[in-house]
Amino acid sequence: MNKQITLTINGEARAVEVGPTDILLDVLREKLGIKSPKIGCERGDCGACTVLLDGKSVRSCLILAIEADGHKITTLEGLSRNGLTPLQESFLKHSSFQCGFCAPGIVLSATELLAKHPHPSEEEIKESISGNLCRCTGYKPIIEAIAAVSNARRKSV
Amino acid sequence: MTATKFVGESPTRIDGLDKITGAANYVDDLSFGPNLLHAEVVESPYAHALIKSIDTSAAEKVPGVVRVVTGREFPHRFGLYMRDRFIFPTDRVRFVGEQVAAVVARDAKTAKRAAKLVKIVYEELEPVLDLAGALRDNPTLVHPDLGKYPRCPWFFPQAGTNIAHWRKTRKGDIAQGFKEADVILEDTYTVPRYAHCAIEPHVIVGLCDLAGRLTLWSASQSPFTQRHVFAQALAPLGLSHKDIRVVTPYVGGGFGGKAGVSMEIIGAALAMMVKGHPVKVRWSRAQEFYNTYQRQGVIARIKLGAKKDGTITAIEHTLHWDAGGYVEYGANVVNAVGFSATGPYRVPNVKIDSVCVYTNLPPGGPYRGFGYSEFHFGLESHITRIAKKIGMDPVEFRRKNAIREGDTLAYGAEMNASGLHEAIDKVAAEIGWGRKEVSKDPNRVIGKGFACFWKSPAMPPNAASSAFIKFNEDGSLNICASGMEIGQGYFTVMAQIAAEILTVPVSKIRMEAPDTDRNAYEWQTVGSHVTWGCGNAVKAAALDVRSKMFEVVERALGLSRDTLYVEDEKVKCRARADFELPFRDFVISGIQTEHGNFIGGPILGSGVFMPEFTSAVSDPETSQGGHPNVHYTVGAAAAIVELDKQTGRMRVLKAVLAVDAGKAIHPELVKGQIVGGMLQGLATVLYEDIRYSLKGKLLNANFTDYKIPTSMDLPGEIVPIIVEVPQPDGPFGARGVAEHTMIPAAAIIANAVDDAVGLRLKSLPITAEKVALELQGIAYDDVKGAYMGLCFAGHLDKYDFHTKAAKK
Repeated sequence: MNKQITLTINGEARAVEVGPTDILLDVLREKLGIKSPKIGCERGDCGACTVLLDGKSVRSCLILAIEADGHKITTLEGLSRNGLTPLQESFLKHSSFQCGFCAPGIVLSATELLAKHPHPSEEEIKESISGNLCRCTGYKPIIEAIAAVSNARRKSV
Repeated sequence: MTATKFVGESPTRIDGLDKITGAANYVDDLSFGPNLLHAEVVESPYAHALIKSIDTSAAEKVPGVVRVVTGREFPHRFGLYMRDRFIFPTDRVRFVGEQVAAVVARDAKTAKRAAKLVKIVYEELEPVLDLAGALRDNPTLVHPDLGKYPRCPWFFPQAGTNIAHWRKTRKGDIAQGFKEADVILEDTYTVPRYAHCAIEPHVIVGLCDLAGRLTLWSASQSPFTQRHVFAQALAPLGLSHKDIRVVTPYVGGGFGGKAGVSMEIIGAALAMMVKGHPVKVRWSRAQEFYNTYQRQGVIARIKLGAKKDGTITAIEHTLHWDAGGYVEYGANVVNAVGFSATGPYRVPNVKIDSVCVYTNLPPGGPYRGFGYSEFHFGLESHITRIAKKIGMDPVEFRRKNAIREGDTLAYGAEMNASGLHEAIDKVAAEIGWGRKEVSKDPNRVIGKGFACFWKSPAMPPNAASSAFIKFNEDGSLNICASGMEIGQGYFTVMAQIAAEILTVPVSKIRMEAPDTDRNAYEWQTVGSHVTWGCGNAVKAAALDVRSKMFEVVERALGLSRDTLYVEDEKVKCRARADFELPFRDFVISGIQTEHGNFIGGPILGSGVFMPEFTSAVSDPETSQGGHPNVHYTVGAAAAIVELDKQTGRMRVLKAVLAVDAGKAIHPELVKGQIVGGMLQGLATVLYEDIRYSLKGKLLNANFTDYKIPTSMDLPGEIVPIIVEVPQPDGPFGARGVAEHTMIPAAAIIANAVDDAVGLRLKSLPITAEKVALELQGIAYDDVKGAYMGLCFAGHLDKYDFHTKAAKK
């Protein structure tokens, strides 16, 4: 039986009718037109579908849409409503991504990290994106971009 | 060379903003409205079987099912270099997972449910699962009709066998070469199959509208090649090239897996069956593993002769490739290796046999490196071993034999400009070659491994590139070419090349992904050739634009075009220092004369590049007489590996790679290719471990069981080094580098393990498990269990390279 749920997506409350087995990723993409979370493996391995659920990174392919009822969801589209975040600026400057398919997930995982730990160690940075597979870059320019944001913050304090 | 302003700099990627904001659209992100249909394929459960009957009636009755399609509707063969496949086979299946039918339905769940109701009766045949089985006397034939397939003229299938192609290269006198050798080393190496693992799965949406126009939105490296293959396959339905349009938005990684045509043919065929409705075929991660292309497995025998002073006298290199059920693209990988399996060395006497063998495993095809990673593992292991055997330092041995410009290649042509010696020296210095390092942990030992590499693009001799450039009113530019931005930075590099000629900054240049209706032709984005080939076309287009601007200024204002030049987005004149005309003032609207009329109009340029000096025509018995390769890119690499003697666990403390880019148009992007490619290469050595059941079913078609590296798996350090010995026919001296960066990875690890613990591993992958077992004196071949990882199920040393079929 279908049910209407309400999700606060990137700051906007949106109502949508979902079935009991509908996956959050599919509802975001097909019913709500939010396309930045990507379909890479549909079993929680690759992290391309990462979104923030109440600020915590989750794999939207492993969550039923109905479980997200009443919760806040942030996708990559929601980060730059007031201009690029310092993290996005840093990714741009470091040419961090190649094909870019993993970027929506990695930008969100790193956003969560910096919200929790403004000055993470390199190990913490690596761990924060360890659930997001990237086949192109060797991760190095991604890690450097995240570290640069942390270092810039330290300098400005 | 004159100083450059834009080339050699590292501007912000012009696709960067799209990718960090979520604006980048990939095929699956495009919306097609409520009329979109979804397809699910029905797959063969058998590696080899005859199809006795197909009953689609139950599936057709499911509400929401629009159409069930089988090979009855499409009795047409397709294939890039050899047409050895049907879109849907009707007679026999040749690998587990091959598509036999497709269900098209209103939604994906219905299609999936109905696909299970298609009843196919098979008669199981003996599968050909390894090379020994494929090449034995009286083998089961995977393709009994092999002799009848249309193919490119440089393939030599052996009808009545499982040999789809055999590239023979002969130079000098091989017997004499070995007679002159003081030392001869002969051994066998093997490399299993690998999967590309681009994070974006293959997806295609096809729409044949009611007027008969077929449009495909495809996640592809090859829009024009796809259009051509689609047009060939669908010609019996009355379609021609002008009726087919391929649109390729951003692609989420390719690595060769999205080159040519694999599953995309299904989208094109289904669209023809449901006219007026767009239909989507999206591969699951598992299908991505078993029904696109895989990197082919190979077993290789190398016999190498050298004099006491280190001079190589002869090489005999025999490679048998496990190419899978269809080789329409994979046979060209085998072909490429057949020309180049000497490695980047001066070798006077050469005998190479590169043999493409059908098996009942998933189709082999292009994968970053195009066969070179595979043969470099054995060859570069062998080079280190023979150097040690004659008591010479392995780096010194390489330096002594490293190829130089003007040397004669195995197929008789001359070697291009090459910075190989510089690369060797820089890598040796950076890795501290010759300096033994000791671990602080007594259980661990540290070893160093070194390798050289080379690779040429494998292109047909008429693989052309072209580009259009058009101005906008404000003097900004659009470049309309059809290479793919697959992450390597193609858009940015093309923009830099145009910027250099026209002085328009990169930030004012837009490039969009290809649309075969609107962008100029490009063969494919493969072989690391687009910087060179398409770069030359863009450069030519920019020169055309410049000359058209001069022509307009001359006609309107009477200034001789010979006196005109461009600077800071203005046309200026050597004869009149006060003259300057900003591009934006005339590149669309023309120049107004004293009479009030306008001369000129929108400035459009075009450029074409064809490697006119190449030829695939050569003696099939020796490969002499042609010029199959445009040029080689060379380099060297090394690693420092710390190895735990108890667990076998290896940690790469440092990896170094130097590549001769000719000219690094965007150095940061070149370094990005080195770091990314090196990690991809290290993964094929250390983690990725493909497994098949003894029935030919792929067992680990997911990222849980087939491990690709995460951010936690990085080496301690990767040091990228750029060497620049210009390529005379490259744009600003550039040549390609992207595939090359993973080629030496296997050999540097194998050589480092040997250096650390004296263990010579001759099969990939080199996992901790394998190292630990071998260190305890247990041969991995004895305990590997009942799974096929390799292309030869038995003991490596017992493989027979000289069966009747392989002896010709």
